[in-house]
Amino acid sequence: MIVGEQKKLEEIMSLLGDAKKVLVAGCGTCVTVCFAGGEKEVGILASALRMKSELEGHPMEVDEITVQRQCEWEYIDPLAERLGEYDVILSLACGIGVQAMTERFPDSITLPGLNTTFLGLPEEQGVWEERCQACGDCILGITGGICPIARCSKQLLNGPCGGSQDGACEVDSEIPCAWQLIWERAEKLGTMDQLIEIQPPKDWAQSRDGGPRKIVREDLQLEEAE
Amino acid sequence: MAKETDNGYKSNSTLEKVLKAGHFAVTAELGPPQSADAKEIRHKAGLLKGAVEAANITDNQTAIVRMSSIAAATLALQEGLEPIMQMTCRDRNRLAIQSDVLGAHALGVQNLLCLTGDHQSFGNHPTAKNVHDIDSVQLIQMVKGMRDEAKFQCGDDIKGECPSLFIGAAVNPFGDPFEFRPFRLAKKVAAGADFVQTQLIYDIPRLREYMKRVVDMGLHEKVAILAGVGPLKSSGAARYMRDKVPGMLVQDEYVDRMAAAIEGIDKEDKAARRKAWRETGIQICIEQIQEIKEIEGIAGVHIMAIEWEEAVKPIAEGAGLLPRPAVD
Repeated sequence: MIVGEQKKLEEIMSLLGDAKKVLVAGCGTCVTVCFAGGEKEVGILASALRMKSELEGHPMEVDEITVQRQCEWEYIDPLAERLGEYDVILSLACGIGVQAMTERFPDSITLPGLNTTFLGLPEEQGVWEERCQACGDCILGITGGICPIARCSKQLLNGPCGGSQDGACEVDSEIPCAWQLIWERAEKLGTMDQLIEIQPPKDWAQSRDGGPRKIVREDLQLEEAE
Repeated sequence: MAKETDNGYKSNSTLEKVLKAGHFAVTAELGPPQSADAKEIRHKAGLLKGAVEAANITDNQTAIVRMSSIAAATLALQEGLEPIMQMTCRDRNRLAIQSDVLGAHALGVQNLLCLTGDHQSFGNHPTAKNVHDIDSVQLIQMVKGMRDEAKFQCGDDIKGECPSLFIGAAVNPFGDPFEFRPFRLAKKVAAGADFVQTQLIYDIPRLREYMKRVVDMGLHEKVAILAGVGPLKSSGAARYMRDKVPGMLVQDEYVDRMAAAIEGIDKEDKAARRKAWRETGIQICIEQIQEIKEIEGIAGVHIMAIEWEEAVKPIAEGAGLLPRPAVD
């Protein structure tokens, strides 16, 4: 899932500037699951904004709404009618949600209330870790299901750098070395030979380096109305 | 077309010739300054010239901005010191690396050391974006392709003179996973490394263990392995390396000898303490080289005297490695 983390209140206040009427808009999917931008967080942030703006002498009127998914037109279209009354929409969705709102409602200003941090999973309650970089060319099949693109600090494809020590990455002893994990997995599966083969340079054109990516599935596209 | 080398060498490197002749090779390290000062390179080159076959010119070592390795290597050449230009994958993509490889050869550089690069979080620009378009194994392969097949990484032909560089790599015998390390070396050899330098080593028994596996795999016959050594500067430095540097195994014996070196010297006499430490540090390094020379599969030493280039000559001298053999 997409994991996000709310921006600090000071930064949000500074983004909002002298807005008088604000709609805090949550999203009911990924950011709800990671407790960053769902209905509950919308409520807490809205209260904080009311109090803070009051204390600072320019009280804001803050309304709340949470839609099922801010990244799909069908869920955000119903908002159209009421947006005109707000100076700013503060989106607690991921960056996709913020852009979907901007694209669909170009006359309104939508600002981000959280940082979209990574594609990952909850390792345990309250702890999320990155697992995928959406590089566009999955190699998990040859790395034992552990991704060195997302989990190695240097995105190495041919084994660990010299900084792997006691299972940890040189960057931080709290980061597991991806190649240690890959090697252990290969030992378990008896597939070490795969890791001894040289992997060629990666085709980063499949990743963001090829420019913004797009998928067109003609089999799914609706016929244009005559 | 790749350049035909009618003399049987891959490059114009003295290091290659010395290794091929079966001599025990010596290399050292020259760190470029954090400034645009050419004098510092010229001075350090003067300290190393004649004591080594070639010296590594580091490439933004520990991710701290320094004069570029290609510029510093050129200055070293002008001083008559053969450079081993270091190239990391951290700061350049495949386009930038290949253009610098062409430029390095054109400027007369004979050796290239292919590295992953320390993570930028260690250096003075921790908020920088890193590149890692290719990794060190792919870098070796790419440079070999440029040299031997006259091909750029994309497959296009190099039209004209090819960069005939003697290709090096780094190995950390004591990194984890320990079992993977000889295979990592094997990959670098398969990719085209002509020589490798190990990380700084104090734990010689563990080096022996590593080398036994390397020799069993026959890797020492395919690549020249230079063991990294370095003189300890003080008992504090020895303790720090033993206790704080991950992966660095410094035996208590060395730490104790460094501490004993200053016994009886007045604590205020800093110059005398420094001198005593440095003499002992150099002496320990000499003994280590003598031990390492006896290990099967070791083709030379890489003396890392960081910001202490003056130590290289006495170490080489003390270890019986001077004068350096003449090759042509």
